[in-house]
Amino acid sequence: MKRHNATSRPSWLLFHALAVFAFLYLPIAVLVLYSFNGEGVGGFPPHHLTLDWYRTLFADGPIWDAVLNSLYVALAAVVIALGFGVPAALALERAQFPGKALFRRLVLLPLILPGIITGLSLLMLFNVFGIKLSLLTIVLGHGTALISVATTEVFAGLQKLDRAQEEASLDLGANYWQTFWRITVPNLKLPMIGAALLIFTLSMDEIAVSFFLIGRDNTLPLEIWGRLRRGITPEINAVSTIIFLFSLLAIVFWYRLRVRGEAPAEAEVEVVTALEGGVA
Amino acid sequence: MFSRGYKAAVTLPPLLWVTAFLLTPYLLMFCYSFWSVSPAQIIVHSWNLSNYGELARVDVYWQTLLRSMWIAARVTIFSLLLGYPLAYFLSFYGGKKKDLLYQLVIIPLWVSYLVRAYAWKTILGSDGVLNTLLQYVHVTKHPLEFLLYSPFAVVLTLTHIYTPFAFLPIYAALEHIPHNLVEASHDLGASPGQTFWKIIFPLSIPGVVAGATFAFVLSLGDFLAPLLLGGPSGIMISNIVVSLFGAAYNWPLGAAISFCMLLLVVSLLFLSERLEKKWSYA
Repeated sequence: MKRHNATSRPSWLLFHALAVFAFLYLPIAVLVLYSFNGEGVGGFPPHHLTLDWYRTLFADGPIWDAVLNSLYVALAAVVIALGFGVPAALALERAQFPGKALFRRLVLLPLILPGIITGLSLLMLFNVFGIKLSLLTIVLGHGTALISVATTEVFAGLQKLDRAQEEASLDLGANYWQTFWRITVPNLKLPMIGAALLIFTLSMDEIAVSFFLIGRDNTLPLEIWGRLRRGITPEINAVSTIIFLFSLLAIVFWYRLRVRGEAPAEAEVEVVTALEGGVA
Repeated sequence: MFSRGYKAAVTLPPLLWVTAFLLTPYLLMFCYSFWSVSPAQIIVHSWNLSNYGELARVDVYWQTLLRSMWIAARVTIFSLLLGYPLAYFLSFYGGKKKDLLYQLVIIPLWVSYLVRAYAWKTILGSDGVLNTLLQYVHVTKHPLEFLLYSPFAVVLTLTHIYTPFAFLPIYAALEHIPHNLVEASHDLGASPGQTFWKIIFPLSIPGVVAGATFAFVLSLGDFLAPLLLGGPSGIMISNIVVSLFGAAYNWPLGAAISFCMLLLVVSLLFLSERLEKKWSYA
């Protein structure tokens, strides 16, 4: 349905929208452009366009070690967050237990809480129990903080789910375990993939929690952080440009999946609205 | 329809995990805030309020907290000023391109926070993109020094980062406004301005509150943008906490500040939830 007459559109709204888009994309454009700039970062106009920074990047061992560490952390975080987030969503939708309201708030808290608070409180926990900081402690931090994403996504999916299917499965003699794997999980495929993509990306990019839980091995954002403090080179632009391209691929992939799926889920909106206590 | 066994199986594992890795650490932070550090740099488990006393007594903590709140407030206002009209434009005049435009607002969220903050640094620096551009077109002779290493740079960067966060809930709220209300208002002779202020805006308030809470809380606790772009005048409360957990080595005092932040955030969330309930029409 047309909501307004197109001719009644105030032109300042269009200009404002264009300006906001320019503001949002300016740093990204600068980033990509200057990854090809032979003269280093900054300086206008850019000259001596070159691929040198990409060559430097591909020969840079520590960066690739950090990329591998980040991939490991992100994958492990997806497993933990889904492993606990999916049952948590089922519990919130289907079970009554004492402390449920507190549980719901606690699960969602890390997404809205500044990362420093979650990071430091976990640091104190590991310190009290004498656990050495390593990639594993980062995995625990990311996995725990991102349960919130899995729970909100899957909870939204559950509310659209037709319970009759599960009921039929149970009536026809399947046990809960079989019903879970053959009915519940296939029906939640889309929210689970959406959650996994979002958790993966958030973990790859996470720095505030990792900042306090880092051991000897750096994740990519912390490696970049260390280099930024020493001085800036277009090599950082080059690695960021590559990550940006991968993020774009993930978005396109997710978008196509959603278009194919019956019910389009607005992953980001659901997370954002759930944060405000909208869940359950 | 679900047996007790099923309910226990889905409830207990996440409940135990969240208790161990979220509730316990937050409570531990509360405990730490009462402890102290001995001259030999050992954490003493003595229970007293001296850390909170120090926070109340020493001006720098208060001033930095107030400055952080002022920075966060500016970020919130600018994010809303950028995000609201954009959401309105997309929701009411987006037409066929609505979905694409929506995705275009989301995409920057997928680009690393750190990388975007760093890009602003390369734009604002004294030999950065903006200053050399201004000199290239002869607007200025010398680089403008106030651009980088100032609260201005922090507010600008955080506004850039949190505008999509402010946009999302506002857009969701606008999209949920029943069309017939807007049409009825037009049909009954209200001007576009009256329709906006009497129908659309009040119905979008829950989204505005959600977006504002997001922008305020997340920028309040930020410590990376101030470290990267803030300079000495752009230091925020989390930077003090970071130094207390690092070189200054006073974890208990750092824990006390963190716990105050936690309380502040939780009360803001509580307040925004109340406001949203009050203004929601459902």
